[in-house]
Amino acid sequence: MDDIQTRLQKSSRATRQDYFGKVICYSCIGLIILLVACILYFIASKGLATFTQNGVKFWNFLTQSDWKPGDVDKYGNPQVGALPMIVTSFSVTILAALLATPFAIGAAIFMTEIANKKGAKFLQPVIELLVGIPSVVYGFIGLSLIVPFIRGIFGGTGFGILSGTLVLFVMVLPTITSLSVDSLKSVPMHYRQASLALGATRWQTIYKVILKAAAPGLLTAVIFGMARAFGEALAVQMVIGNAVLMPKNLISPASTLTSKLTTEIGNTVMGTLPNNALWSLALVLLFMSLLFNLIVRFIGRRGNIKNER
Amino acid sequence: MKTYDFSQQYINKIEQEVALSTNNVQVHYGKSHAIFDASLSFPRFQITSLIGASGSGKSTYLRCLNRMNDKIAQVDGEIIYRNTDINSKKINVYEVRRHIGMVFQRPNPFAKSIKENIQFALKNNGINDKNELQKRLETSLKDAALWDEVKDDLDKSALALSGGQQQRLCIARSIAMHPDILLLDEPASALDPISTSKIEETLKLLSKNYTIIIVTHNMQQASRISDYTAFFHMGHVIEYNKTKNIFTAPEIKATEDYISGDFG
Amino acid sequence: MNAKKSDKIATGIIYGLVGIVVAILISLLGYILYNGVPDVNWHFLTSEAQSFSAGGGVRDQLFNSLYLLVLALIISLPIALGAGIYLSEYAKDNWVNDVIRTSIEVLSSLPSVVVGLFGYLLLVIQLNLGFSIMAGAIALTFFNLPLLTRNIEESLSSVPDLQREAGTSLGLSGWKTITKIILPMALPGILTGLILCSGRIFGEAAALIYTAGQSAPSVDYANWNPFTETSFLNPMRPAETLAVHIWKVNTESVTPDASVISSASSAVLIIVILIFNLGARYLGNKLFKKMTAAK
Repeated sequence: MDDIQTRLQKSSRATRQDYFGKVICYSCIGLIILLVACILYFIASKGLATFTQNGVKFWNFLTQSDWKPGDVDKYGNPQVGALPMIVTSFSVTILAALLATPFAIGAAIFMTEIANKKGAKFLQPVIELLVGIPSVVYGFIGLSLIVPFIRGIFGGTGFGILSGTLVLFVMVLPTITSLSVDSLKSVPMHYRQASLALGATRWQTIYKVILKAAAPGLLTAVIFGMARAFGEALAVQMVIGNAVLMPKNLISPASTLTSKLTTEIGNTVMGTLPNNALWSLALVLLFMSLLFNLIVRFIGRRGNIKNER
Repeated sequence: MKTYDFSQQYINKIEQEVALSTNNVQVHYGKSHAIFDASLSFPRFQITSLIGASGSGKSTYLRCLNRMNDKIAQVDGEIIYRNTDINSKKINVYEVRRHIGMVFQRPNPFAKSIKENIQFALKNNGINDKNELQKRLETSLKDAALWDEVKDDLDKSALALSGGQQQRLCIARSIAMHPDILLLDEPASALDPISTSKIEETLKLLSKNYTIIIVTHNMQQASRISDYTAFFHMGHVIEYNKTKNIFTAPEIKATEDYISGDFG
Repeated sequence: MNAKKSDKIATGIIYGLVGIVVAILISLLGYILYNGVPDVNWHFLTSEAQSFSAGGGVRDQLFNSLYLLVLALIISLPIALGAGIYLSEYAKDNWVNDVIRTSIEVLSSLPSVVVGLFGYLLLVIQLNLGFSIMAGAIALTFFNLPLLTRNIEESLSSVPDLQREAGTSLGLSGWKTITKIILPMALPGILTGLILCSGRIFGEAAALIYTAGQSAPSVDYANWNPFTETSFLNPMRPAETLAVHIWKVNTESVTPDASVISSASSAVLIIVILIFNLGARYLGNKLFKKMTAAK
């Protein structure tokens, strides 16, 4: 056997390098997976303790509106009704998304289909910058601009769902816009050319061809915006009023899941029912986040099937 | 396209010293069968061309010879180099590729200087002697007929070179490793005629010291530079012979049709 | 209504919507900068915060934000690099990697308050780190990892396969090919993403309230020994960041000039993030040009 022949059969520095690299990369990805598993496990186990250890009925948690985890009602049951927070969270999320979607899609259409290069070039970085503005800054603006504005028009304190909605509207607007731009841009150029060549006007092309082709992407953008709004804590907490009451109208103080969590978790003792009840709220948040994820995946899959045909 | 009887095959025995040979090589991409029973021997210090229509499997087969298909396809059969089956799982593929170099269809220099392009792999293979590195840089560039054009710009980015120069740099980069065998996958297909003829001259010169196997879709090129030619069709080796014989007196009808431009 | 007319009306509506969006965006930025910038001065940036009297600054908060950012990047970058390399170079298309990708997506879409609470539970309570910079930096890592990983994966995947083939065909190991050839080529993209992630970390508050804490004990900026209690580098001390500070003075504090402090702090936050954004663009372009330069 000559030298080369032996070397062909032996491991070398390169083999060891590859092994080394693989070990590193597999451990890194393993660490991330472990982290995700830990988050799911910890929050689920803490959040479920309210029901398993403290004997709160799950159904009551979801449907009752009295949140006094420290007290018991006249039958001796703990009063852990999260309905007001759940309703408020959904209200601000849905209202903000409803409000932001037409503006966001309008702006996205403008940037991809109508504006000349200069217009798009100006808007793009501004939108990107706004996506990156910290939520406390939005909260501060809400507190110093929107709340007094609402108070001036409708009276009352100015805190409430309406203020929360407006703050979230401004927050998710850049998110939805920039994702919508991405999805409109991914519509192939020849769709537009074909439609225009057939004599369609620009609006007909946008409405019947481009928006249709980009629909799954636009829907995903809106869902992402909703996910961001639903999970947003501080900006909302600063303007919502933080009263655990069933919201009667849009301008009375209320409380979302996130705002309740941020204000209360430091004031409760680990392991007690009031604390566990808060973890149950976190579990609802986690569950919703997973649900938004699932919806996005579902839309993505449907979109793919459509495009393949 | 006509259909041919693939059981008809003409493979000439190589009488000279053999540098590399394959026995019954099969390639599968997932469920599709890309190469059927390819058994060829490549003579030492000769140029062998692999020709055939696109999709005939010639490139796939070439890439098996230094295990570049490892991650993409399932390759079965034996590839014998120095009395060793290098297609076995136990073989150190990095060593294989050090001795069997490859140049690709599109020039792919690293985004580094010309000098680094040549020396990077050498350094990583444990050659640290400055004189040796300099010597290899110079000889490999000279062998690839690039030295005169770049000797003053060795620290410039390789990406600034023209396509033809980049491809010769890639050849130089391969031969700086002092391989036994050089595999080339349509090395001139993305280049202009002048660059192509330069590369052909280079290969002719290199064949004094290297065994060269080249895939080409250009039949004139195959007939100009190669000593042996193998004709591939739909994953089968149809005919393998001295280039002269293939182009003047093919034994198989399919080869004749391809050579005369009936399909391809 | 004919097609031409509806085309005109629709275009008009879109222009109207865009006009409103632009007005909102500009007034937003304008409001912060107009109200905040006049109060941003040397005194504000270099003096301590005051709890009960006006005229406090944000020196400690600003430093804490930067220190947390650096620590979070030091922890998250190597892990994200490894994970990004795995996803772009090693991961095959199978169900295991499908699960892995989904987990990363889940992590990236978790509300930051949930990440913060998990950090509180695991780091502050279970691992007994207390409210500390360490806990905060690790919580920020949780929050930052998925984005950075995906960014690195995308940057690596955008390097043409030809380069990988060039490396492997020379007998280089896959690892050397990735680290010495592919990674340098992906660097402009990675760097841009890294800077944008930094902006996010810098402004994050919800994940920090219950990990890094809400207080900024006075520290000694001359004490360079991170293992002593009073050192500004001590990673075990609680640290209120700029973003948390804005939230705190607006919700819980009795500082008389709360609104001045918040508007000035907001302006500082925005300006820093603006610098990150522009820096990312500039550096990305410059590196890209350098890599492909004709010289």
